[in-house]
Amino acid sequence: MRPYWAMLSARFRTLLQYRAAALAGFGTQLFFGVVIVMTYQAFYSANTTPQPMSLEHVVSYIWLGQALFALMPWAPDADIRLLIRTGGVAYELLRPVNVYWLWFSRALARRTAPTVLRSIPMFITAMLLLGLQPPASLASGLAWGMATVCAVLLASAIATIFGIGMIWTISGEGLHRLVSPLVMLLSGMLIPLPLMPAWSQTFLRVLPFRGLADIPFRLYLGDIPPSSVGPMLLHQLTWVALLALFGHWLLSRAMRRLVVQGG
Amino acid sequence: MRNALVLYFQYVGVSIRGQLQYRASFVMQSIGEFWAHVTEFIAIWALFHRFGSIGGWSLPEVALLYGLVNTQWAITDMIGRGFDAFDTMVKSGDFDRVLLRPRATTLQLAGLEFTLRRLGRLAQGLAILVWALVALNILWTPGKVALFVLAVAGGVCLFYGLLVVQATLCFWTVESLEIMNVFTYGGLETARYPVSIYRPNFRRFFTAVVPLACVTYFPALALLGRADPLGSTLVFQYAAPLAGLIFLLVSLQVWKFGVRHYQSTGS
Repeated sequence: MRPYWAMLSARFRTLLQYRAAALAGFGTQLFFGVVIVMTYQAFYSANTTPQPMSLEHVVSYIWLGQALFALMPWAPDADIRLLIRTGGVAYELLRPVNVYWLWFSRALARRTAPTVLRSIPMFITAMLLLGLQPPASLASGLAWGMATVCAVLLASAIATIFGIGMIWTISGEGLHRLVSPLVMLLSGMLIPLPLMPAWSQTFLRVLPFRGLADIPFRLYLGDIPPSSVGPMLLHQLTWVALLALFGHWLLSRAMRRLVVQGG
Repeated sequence: MRNALVLYFQYVGVSIRGQLQYRASFVMQSIGEFWAHVTEFIAIWALFHRFGSIGGWSLPEVALLYGLVNTQWAITDMIGRGFDAFDTMVKSGDFDRVLLRPRATTLQLAGLEFTLRRLGRLAQGLAILVWALVALNILWTPGKVALFVLAVAGGVCLFYGLLVVQATLCFWTVESLEIMNVFTYGGLETARYPVSIYRPNFRRFFTAVVPLACVTYFPALALLGRADPLGSTLVFQYAAPLAGLIFLLVSLQVWKFGVRHYQSTGS
């Protein structure tokens, strides 16, 4: 456990240094949030049919998404991309540790450090000025906290798979370019999942992606009552386990045909 | 001038040939860009599926705005890479070399790269645009055709102007300012819906300061023959895309001013 923890904390502390980038990210996210909230207000204002989610909840959902934006598995980590391109991946293989968990730790640090930097100012601003409600209750807040931890694990498992996929394509294009737009759509980051068409809900409920955003956000809002936190966490953790298994398998396949770039 | 154009097309030719050396990568990237924006449109479709309309605009009408602004941006993104990635040039000191050549700096930067992989995004924007135009049954007149072309051109000028301003700021900051993304990517997000739904100050900003509404919303009103709840006249709607051109001309002046204040990083 120790080497992985060391990797995690070292990367975490390095990434905490990027404060200017975090500030710029905060500004951009704030702008996007304001625009998106205005569009939902316009959608709701002309529509009188009851919706599966109130406008107040949608607004909070949007701001949670903006605050936890950096958590999402957008792309493989830049440092893994560099390792593969430069041949540095050979050093990773020499280390007496499991490469999968090493990369998982890197991905974990890459998700958490920028999120910590960006989300705190966003939570404060959105709560004071922009209509983000506090958690529905103490229990909802706790359930949200636990589900967010699982969401980080889930995001890291997906990002690690993207990283492994790069062993095949070197340039880093490919797998994540095709999958990450889908992840955004199916996780609730593009639009709140309850607003997706009714027929799609069955699929959305089974797929892993709602564990990234939709589950924690709705627990926060009380839209999913804190009493059903158990099945939600189970859903997230089952997928973490499955994706980790898949990642291991993919990595072992990749290693069999790995050509280290010289240089 | 003619000479400059010839040189520009030579630059473009070299860039395209270079990128076609990596054909598989080019195809993959184009598909990736296409797909990324397809999911974005699925999300918009889902919202219309549920809510029916926004500010009185139907899905095909909004698709016209979406297709228009995405086409404008995709074209700009294809030809504006030199300005978009200008920070690397300032950081590495490569801009010194550009200054030494007996050609306009803007011409050299414009010709630096013709980004082929953006074809994927362009294809997506055009596909949505064509779908919208088919679904809308617009009665085309020569005037409307001219307005449509003018709107696309005005939008490209506007976005190009934004990239030039972003590059100019690098003369002072060296690092590229991510905050400029608010105007480009944020502008894309904003202009896909009619500006009439936004708060007045926000709307005014995107009409008068960064005149994005002038190249999307106002010409779209004229094309659709809709009355404007904001009260703009038809003459204004036809003339509005010129604001994009004016924006570009102003940005190029700002650029000239910036070049005079350039200090090499010396690396």
